[in-house]
Amino acid sequence: MLEWLHIAVPPAPALFGQLLIGLINGAFYAMLSLGLAVIFGLLNIINFAHGAQYMLGAFCAYLILNYLGIGYWPSLLIAPIVVGAFGMLLERFFIRWVYRLDHLYGLLLTFGMALIIQGVFQQQYGSAGQPYSIPDLLAGGQDLGFMFLPNYRAWVIVASSVFCFGTWFVIERTRLGAYLRAATENPALVQAFGINVPRMITLTYGFGVALAALAGVLAAPIYQVSPLMGSNLIIVVFAVVVIGGMGSILGAIVGGFALGVIEGLTKVFYPEASSTAIFVIMVVVLLVKPAGLFGRTV
Amino acid sequence: MNRRSLLAAGFAAALAFGAAAPAAQAANDKVVIGVMNDMSSVYSYLGGMGSVVAARMAVHDFGGKVLGKPIEVIYADHQNKPDVGAAIARKWFDEDGVDAIVDLPTSSVAIAVQQVAKERGKVTLISNGGSSELTGKFCSPTGVHWTYDTYALAHVTGKAIVQQGGKSWFFITADYAFGHQLQDDTAAVVKASGGTVVGSVNVPLNNADFSSFLLQAQQSKAQVIGLANAGGDTVNSIKQAAEFGIVKGGQRLAGLLVFIADVNALGLQTAQGLMLTEAYYWDQNAQTRAFAKRFEAEYNGKVPTSGQAGVYGAVLHYLKAMAAAKTEDGVKVVAEMRKLPINDFMTHNGKIRIDGRVIRDMYLFQVKSPQESKYPYDYYKQLAVIPGDQAFRPLSESECPLVKH
Repeated sequence: MLEWLHIAVPPAPALFGQLLIGLINGAFYAMLSLGLAVIFGLLNIINFAHGAQYMLGAFCAYLILNYLGIGYWPSLLIAPIVVGAFGMLLERFFIRWVYRLDHLYGLLLTFGMALIIQGVFQQQYGSAGQPYSIPDLLAGGQDLGFMFLPNYRAWVIVASSVFCFGTWFVIERTRLGAYLRAATENPALVQAFGINVPRMITLTYGFGVALAALAGVLAAPIYQVSPLMGSNLIIVVFAVVVIGGMGSILGAIVGGFALGVIEGLTKVFYPEASSTAIFVIMVVVLLVKPAGLFGRTV
Repeated sequence: MNRRSLLAAGFAAALAFGAAAPAAQAANDKVVIGVMNDMSSVYSYLGGMGSVVAARMAVHDFGGKVLGKPIEVIYADHQNKPDVGAAIARKWFDEDGVDAIVDLPTSSVAIAVQQVAKERGKVTLISNGGSSELTGKFCSPTGVHWTYDTYALAHVTGKAIVQQGGKSWFFITADYAFGHQLQDDTAAVVKASGGTVVGSVNVPLNNADFSSFLLQAQQSKAQVIGLANAGGDTVNSIKQAAEFGIVKGGQRLAGLLVFIADVNALGLQTAQGLMLTEAYYWDQNAQTRAFAKRFEAEYNGKVPTSGQAGVYGAVLHYLKAMAAAKTEDGVKVVAEMRKLPINDFMTHNGKIRIDGRVIRDMYLFQVKSPQESKYPYDYYKQLAVIPGDQAFRPLSESECPLVKH
């Protein structure tokens, strides 16, 4: 019957390979949607600048390599700090003013910021990508029998799983996370306990942005470091967040990995639809469970 | 509203329309050239503002005036969408007095815009657009396809690789007019030279991750993986192919449309050894270098792509023909363009055929290794010069209705 649809069923080993690749892409979706979920869950800001901040992470790695000779490994720390600090400045001077307004204002503000940041980099570096090579330590790959797994991709899965789990743990299972969640529910009360809520919120935004920048550094050796790399991804990542449930940390992580796999399978069975599959799922999820798979209905 | 006031309103409206028409004609006190391309996305570095710079350089070199009228260059972003491109073209032709549209990357848009221009007897000078259908099924008496096309790329690169032993092919194809055309043209050459096509996969335009498709290509065991895509898609697929050990595993990559900016984005370490076909490379001779140097000074130090160089040549030739024909009429100017030989820094004794195809030499290059490269942008070594009549589709195979068989 499948043949009637002109769909060839690939042999099992080929399918394993595709599943693994789906998982790798899912790792990026998970890291990016995680940052978005943290920011939305705790600040109620729909951070449309997330794609631009991801791009800034990759560019930061590229620039410090080419101007300061600092390689990949230190970049994993430096780029998130630099870009996170930049994010905190944005929060402090701009985003802070729209907290009390409708979500739409935060969305428009961050979207505008994204366009400005992208525009500046496009003006300076053009749309063509800049090269960034894989660190020597992770060059090459393993032959798994059913596919050739580049070492770097394996590292991406491991690194992003660690960061995702770590973030989830801090927010859902530690005292600091409890403060954060409490501050979102009732800032006045938490402030009354002597906690500096505005500073905590600034740091949270910075953390979310740093996660995006980290994903950017991880992505730099795989994709091109280009001003538009984030804008291409951000819409998909938003779909992931919506599917997982706006503001749900676990939803973002699980949704990211799961949708990576589903997209990967689409690429085997019907490649032409691979850029659409996620949005079809989003529509279905919204119809059946409007708050998203892991979201709480308010 | 009673009948009389209705009548009055209708009369007023008619007057307003009547008044508008002469105003539109009055705008015809200058010659306007519209550069239309991708200004913001995946192909913007192939043309983009660089093509506007090239068009302005040509206007400047021509003297800034033709038929006693000043020449103006305007530009717009078609966002790679045929409907957007066609809408801009209609507005440009009908309201803004545009005489010719140049550049037009993204073949699906180029085909749509060429159709709009053809209906109005206006000129299209296509430089970055690639589909050979632009001078085939969709040819136009006022359309000129300047720099390259999919047939030439397929023919020159495809043939060279099959001759070197790359017999079985798998295609990774951008899923729109240009990609399909490039795949079809190359597949035809491969089969004609004794090779086979074992499979292909259609990938949506502007895709970031190619690993899934590369894996399919790897499992097909084809000797050659043909990349029937362009711009960022080509760069990402080559970069990720290196990561997945495709070339080390004994398969070969054929980049069917690779520009110098792509090689720059890849880095020589990844791109070395790649064979590609272009109509222009900045470091070919004193004239090409002189143009590149001027262009760099005007455009943030970037070397011109062949598409941008082609925009310069096309605009200059168009203006020369307009001066010789002593009219702005699109059909007559293009007829004059066909009569005049094309000679500039990149084209030597080129000519425009009845189907609109510019016949020029094409060059087969190979990307240098990092050791061979001595100075910035020292990227290519020239393997062969392919005369235009061998590189491009012969008229006898053309589907263009203007060609009488």
